[in-house]
Amino acid sequence: MSILKIGIPSKGRLQDDTVDWFASRGLTLKRTGSAREYSGAFEGLPDVEPVLLSAGEIPKELAAGHIHLGVTGTDLIHEKLPLRETQVQMMAEMGFGFADLIIAVPKFWIDVSTIDDLDAVAAEFRSTHRFRLRIATKYHNVVRDYLKRVGVADYQLVDSQGATEGTIRNLTAEAIADITTTGATLEANHLKTLRDEPLLKSQACLWKSLTADWDNVPGWAGFAAKLGWDAS
Amino acid sequence: QAHMAGGVEPARYAYQGAVWRKQLATSDRPREYAQIGIEVFDSADPGNADAEVFDRVMRALKTLNFPKGLGVYAGDVGLMQAAVASLKTSELRKAALMRHLWRPDRFDALLSRYAGEVDPPPGRETLSLDGLAEAISDAGPEIGLRRAADVAARVERLVADRAEPSLPASQVDALRSLQDMNIALDQAADAITKLASELPQIAPAVQKMTAWVEALANRGYDLSRIMFQGTYGLTSMEYYDGFVFGVSSGDQLVATGGRYDALTEVLGGGAKMAAVGAVIRPNTVAEVSS
Repeated sequence: MSILKIGIPSKGRLQDDTVDWFASRGLTLKRTGSAREYSGAFEGLPDVEPVLLSAGEIPKELAAGHIHLGVTGTDLIHEKLPLRETQVQMMAEMGFGFADLIIAVPKFWIDVSTIDDLDAVAAEFRSTHRFRLRIATKYHNVVRDYLKRVGVADYQLVDSQGATEGTIRNLTAEAIADITTTGATLEANHLKTLRDEPLLKSQACLWKSLTADWDNVPGWAGFAAKLGWDAS
Repeated sequence: QAHMAGGVEPARYAYQGAVWRKQLATSDRPREYAQIGIEVFDSADPGNADAEVFDRVMRALKTLNFPKGLGVYAGDVGLMQAAVASLKTSELRKAALMRHLWRPDRFDALLSRYAGEVDPPPGRETLSLDGLAEAISDAGPEIGLRRAADVAARVERLVADRAEPSLPASQVDALRSLQDMNIALDQAADAITKLASELPQIAPAVQKMTAWVEALANRGYDLSRIMFQGTYGLTSMEYYDGFVFGVSSGDQLVATGGRYDALTEVLGGGAKMAAVGAVIRPNTVAEVSS
């Protein structure tokens, strides 16, 4: 018999919203142990174990079957699991953690409004500078798939794991692909979003692992019932 | 690159061994697999060199038995290039189409736009040359490697492009006929020549194509059993610029090749050499032959 393991974001707003979401469905999530210990429990559910993980690691833990369920954003699942169809199933959209993955360029580029324009600029940039226009992002898979689908050429992706909005001013990129909610950070860094639809509309979701061992997991039936899911 | 730096002409290479190719994460193709290949660097008679490469591949394949038979396809990238060059429109628009020859969806979308069938992308209508410098500086501070002068230059081009008339419908139809062409090779030259009245530069391109078509016939190949496709070769690597061909058994590609003169120029630091080559995929051959 095994404990039902649920990956929960280990910090921040995402964790707070996750706790509230479960609470409103009659599931009380509490942290256990000392202040810095990454452990928790669901009140009254001894066969269920919350596993505190960074949201960015939850996708691979789900894919590896180390956790049965996990809370993380659509963006991270799409980026980290290209084979997600065989690895995870989306059980619920949780209604928080909304963010759009977009492409942004400097506001003073009044000649650029759409991805068509960026493609044309990339062609010119390459012949002028003798290297390809750089798009800074941490979403390499999603961005590359998108650009291939819309037929953009003559670009390169440069990795940026944070503070992506500052790369253009720092001359390490010419454009960025990043998630945005209010657009305030982009505005503050003198950037604008292209007019096209976002590459991805993301929110926090509860995902089920298709690769975990679901044999004899006694905690699952009661947990699923609380959420109104079919426990088969 | 090594050949261009110190090689001689004519030269013929043959190789066999493992090659490595990064595949998409969603693909189940192996990343390392066997490949057999030949390259011919010889500018004396390109049509004949094209046929020689084709012939070597076919003679190798014919030593085996393919229960589903072999389907042979051919094309010539030079035809689409000549078709685009023939269009009555600005050099900028032609360059944009040439660049996206290798991305059919993009190419078709651009063609449609230049034909006036769809609206241009949003955001360009309000651009103006009046007060351009102020419009740029008002929009935001100049950050990054791309400069305000680059933006201004492109605004000028976009404003000029707004005035560009649409492509004549008859030219667009002719180009689409070439794209859709899928006929036996022995009928191809005639069918393509009919398009030359709308797309004049296609005539010299057909002449060049005739060189390899005749060379194939001279080596005893039945041209009625090779399928010519107008867009063959455009969805593989971006370096083909003439004769292209492929051999399939069922839906499995067992061999493919083509001419790549322009690549030798890019990798040759300015020098250019006539070059044509092909590969056979032994793993696929083993799967589909007996």
